[in-house]
Amino acid sequence: MIYLDNSATTPVKKEVVDEMLPYFTSFYGNPSSLYKLSRDAKRKLEEAREKVAKIIGAEKDEIYFTASGTESDNWAIKQIARANKKKGNHIITTKIEHHAVLHTCMELEKEGFEVTYLDVDSEGKINIGDIEKHIKGTTILITIMYANNEIGVIMPIAEIGNIAREKGIVFHTDAVQAVGKLNIDVVKENIDLLSLSGHKFNGPKGVGALYIKKGTKINSFMHGGGQEKGKRAGTENVPGIIGLAKALELSVENREEKNKKLVELRDYLIDTVLSEVPHSRLNGDRVDRLPNNANFCIRFIEGESLLLGLDNFGICASSGSACTSGSLDPSHVLLAIGLPHEIAHGSLRLTLSDETTKEEIDFTIEKLKEIIQRLRAMSPLYEDFMKNGGNSDV
Amino acid sequence: MYSNKVMDHFNNPRNMGEIEKADGVGTVGNAKCGDIMRIYLVIEDNVIKDVKFKTFGCGAAVATSSIATELIKGKTVDEALNVTNKAVMEALDGLPTAKIHCSLLAEEAIKAAIEDYKNKKGVE
Repeated sequence: MIYLDNSATTPVKKEVVDEMLPYFTSFYGNPSSLYKLSRDAKRKLEEAREKVAKIIGAEKDEIYFTASGTESDNWAIKQIARANKKKGNHIITTKIEHHAVLHTCMELEKEGFEVTYLDVDSEGKINIGDIEKHIKGTTILITIMYANNEIGVIMPIAEIGNIAREKGIVFHTDAVQAVGKLNIDVVKENIDLLSLSGHKFNGPKGVGALYIKKGTKINSFMHGGGQEKGKRAGTENVPGIIGLAKALELSVENREEKNKKLVELRDYLIDTVLSEVPHSRLNGDRVDRLPNNANFCIRFIEGESLLLGLDNFGICASSGSACTSGSLDPSHVLLAIGLPHEIAHGSLRLTLSDETTKEEIDFTIEKLKEIIQRLRAMSPLYEDFMKNGGNSDV
Repeated sequence: MYSNKVMDHFNNPRNMGEIEKADGVGTVGNAKCGDIMRIYLVIEDNVIKDVKFKTFGCGAAVATSSIATELIKGKTVDEALNVTNKAVMEALDGLPTAKIHCSLLAEEAIKAAIEDYKNKKGVE
């Protein structure tokens, strides 16, 4: 099997599992209880909090554990909006956010909030001037992702942070795809809230975190016991949190070296596909891009067929085609960068890990070419294109 | 989740290709929605002697077109017109709910190709 869907999820590293296991069976005490069994769990929990804080440049008591990146996004956006309602009702975000952010913003619109969804250019980048232009007296929150999950574009977070801080607007970033891969410093980048998720960096599923800068006015998300300083009630997922922290620690070890290797392999993949597959294009900025992300559109074929074809060879990949998104429209991200529907349907995302090898990439490209050839031979769109001289291009 | 039958037809599509001098050609769907099916027919004495298809679309779209060609080959025009999307689905051992529209597309493609044949022949 060749796993090239590391932006969807990642395997849990063995060291991470080893670190977690005792907290299921031996140190299972509820961290809120008094006795030693619980104190051991509590101590380890607080160590995990400290590790996570340190890696993103935060203070220990600014980290709140949640059950997922989606929960962190929901908490940040809804509860900042509701807590600052008296100040204003305007939120700024972008058209290419993850659905955890987009659908949350849409939900807030029903409560009377006003949301500006910023456009992106053909490379998926936002115009900083656009943010400034849309800020008004009632703007209470800017929520913009650190890096895009589909096309890998990295946003100018420090610049956005500067603007937000200057204007006294709360700035949240969904950094689910960036944490572990990129060097993040919430202080230097003026980030007020940041969402992250354990399973994106070889940690377990079902655990995430939200960084909330000290002094930020935000409502509690879960009501109940006093866990997470009363802001997020519910008995802590101790093994999960320990696993998340361990995985994050491992992911930043030798990060520069790992990223250098990743970028080389990613660029090799991109260059080879673009040169050897006619009528293919790269989606997303070439430079400001996650080190492990490649996203293509392959004309005249549909993404799901491509994925099924790859799956026949044990290659795991993903697509933003309508068939894989479960709706009638292809990915909102690909439409936002201006691709017509028929081209967006033929998208393919390959996301590598530091364990991906050149041999795996070569095998994938070889099979990809075979599958594309087979699907194009079957495609009435390709037939028409060739009969019309075959000379227009993406 | 696709049935084994769907995967078999996706991986080994029957009657895939085009017929240059077809008696009837029907194209349905559109690229915007991500599905286009084209069916080519050769018809002699009111019987479908040969049929080929081309499809742009997901696994289910390919499989429904492939099975549709099998269902109508050798049939009379009237018999082919009676092939419903239900028959297409049954022949594939079912489709996921989100893919039922692919079977409808297959039914429509058959009908469109036969209509084209009738128009060309000036039948009816």
